Amino acid sequence: MEAVNHQITKSPNHQIPWLGRLGNNPLAVAGFLIVGLLCLVALSAPWLAPYDPQAIDTWHILESPSKAHLLGTDPLGRDCLSRLIYGARISLLVGIVAVGIATVIGTILGALAGFYGKWIDGLIMRFVDIILCFPTIFLIMAVIAFLEPSILNIMAVIGLTSWMGVARLVRAEFLSLRQRDFVLAARISGASNARVVFSHILPNAVAPIFVATTLGVGGAILTESALSFLGIGVQPPTPSWGNMLTEGKDNLEIAWWLSLFPGLSILVTVLGYNLLGEGLRDALDPRIRSD
Amino acid sequence: MALLLYLIKKILTLGPTFLGITLISFMVMHLAPGEPMSLQADFNPKMTPEMRERLRAQYGLDRPLRIQYLQWLKGLVVLDLGRSFSPDRRPVWDKIKERLPVTLLINVLAIGLILVVAVPLGVAAAVRHNSFFDQVTTVLVFIAYAAPAFWVALLLMLYFGVHLGWLPISGLHSLMGYEQMSGWGKLLDWCRHLILPVLVSALGGLAGLSRYTRSSMLEVLRQDYITTARAKGMPERKVIYRHALRNALLPLITILGLSIPGLIGGSVIFESIFAIPGVGQLMWTSVMARDYPLLMGNLVIVSVLTLLGNQLADIGYALADPRIRTGVQMED
Repeated sequence: MEAVNHQITKSPNHQIPWLGRLGNNPLAVAGFLIVGLLCLVALSAPWLAPYDPQAIDTWHILESPSKAHLLGTDPLGRDCLSRLIYGARISLLVGIVAVGIATVIGTILGALAGFYGKWIDGLIMRFVDIILCFPTIFLIMAVIAFLEPSILNIMAVIGLTSWMGVARLVRAEFLSLRQRDFVLAARISGASNARVVFSHILPNAVAPIFVATTLGVGGAILTESALSFLGIGVQPPTPSWGNMLTEGKDNLEIAWWLSLFPGLSILVTVLGYNLLGEGLRDALDPRIRSD
Repeated sequence: MALLLYLIKKILTLGPTFLGITLISFMVMHLAPGEPMSLQADFNPKMTPEMRERLRAQYGLDRPLRIQYLQWLKGLVVLDLGRSFSPDRRPVWDKIKERLPVTLLINVLAIGLILVVAVPLGVAAAVRHNSFFDQVTTVLVFIAYAAPAFWVALLLMLYFGVHLGWLPISGLHSLMGYEQMSGWGKLLDWCRHLILPVLVSALGGLAGLSRYTRSSMLEVLRQDYITTARAKGMPERKVIYRHALRNALLPLITILGLSIPGLIGGSVIFESIFAIPGVGQLMWTSVMARDYPLLMGNLVIVSVLTLLGNQLADIGYALADPRIRTGVQMED
């Protein structure tokens, strides 16, 4: 009890209040539960999956959902539920690592632009404007055409083409924070640039970066699934929700279950991240809370 | 006058951005591991080193990168983007040119649909803030925003095409009996084929824009001048449509401009699903065939189109916003 009190008096508007606000928002809680559950499923895939996701069974191809195969089987007789569960690993992994890459690049470039200003700012922001002119999927395809479409490359390419939003955000935060009194005070007392950036400005910009990251995961998962669906993302036989939908498309007229469930999984996952992200935004920044 | 200055300033920034786009497209292609020529040559068992050198010289790949870029840029200005690697060896621009109208048509129709549906939806939700209607649309918007477009396309094909048999699910017009149709019949046939692709490509933007309309409208409705208008006894309809909506629509112009890359990018997906011969499908085939001049041409043309779309949105904003139009409080 005393420890809690101590913390509250020490930092009046940190940690506990925003967690409370997040807990009061049913949509955000739903998002948190979805994301948490998915991470659990992905981590415990080997124990949860009823079959080996790669096991081909030519006696049971394209079977509709039944007791033995809850979500049916695909054209090679593989169990769709097991492939869906293993697919969660790929989607979450690609989504989180890609956004991680984007966040690092965006934060560095945005911080440089916002902190130094002048021509550095002009140059970096002009670069951001230019990259934003490329429809992302075209740019990704152009790069992928020359690389092996492996999971590692997909993560790198999605990360390299989606950092612009974070860069703009971090720049704006830095521009407004570097004028604030506590930053000026730190400078006057002789703090080095590195110290000003890392212990005074950056910690105050963490909240919006975190929100952007959460919202970005959903987008990255959508991009990965679209690429895999087009055959230039995660390659079979590794199951990904996107390439499972390719099989769904090829058997559209005879096997509806191949199309329904992987898409539903993508939808729920992206929805979870978006709800959580919006909830975090409202909770972390009381200024823009809708009443 | 202020408007003219603003427009000139905007157009002057076009040049550097255009150069940047071309430079990045060029670099993406040339810095990628493995040079484009080897992709073509490696599959040819009869390729001798001398022949390879001759081919390199023929494509200008033996010259320094700087020269190659300038050469390519010079061609780009007169829309000479080189010839495709595919067996027909047609000029890249010809291939893009014949596919551009379809993609543009679908995107323009999609933008129209987005505007017609999203704006009234957002306004209605904002006016009835926190009502049942507002909550239902919010949930639907969240779902539409999270749904992968290609999956929605599959479901719509499954339901309207396969199950009900109401709508065709691929191509731009019927394969059988199209030639015998009358003019109106052909038009109707086209429209029937366009319904699903336009619907699918509009979905994401629709969700996004209605959400923005709602929050923009909520923001405006909180302003003092709305309270003033209400206080002096103005009818609510007039308050909303005359005073609030006009101001709430301004930021939407920018949002619409920003959504253009996403829309055009989406064409890759729905054109390959619905087998529509547009630029997106061309991009996909050029990636699959590693047709390098076609790939580069596509990338540049599509990005320049996006740039122009954004610029149009900026100009639209300037025309709509009296602060920029009259030069009062001109920022930036």
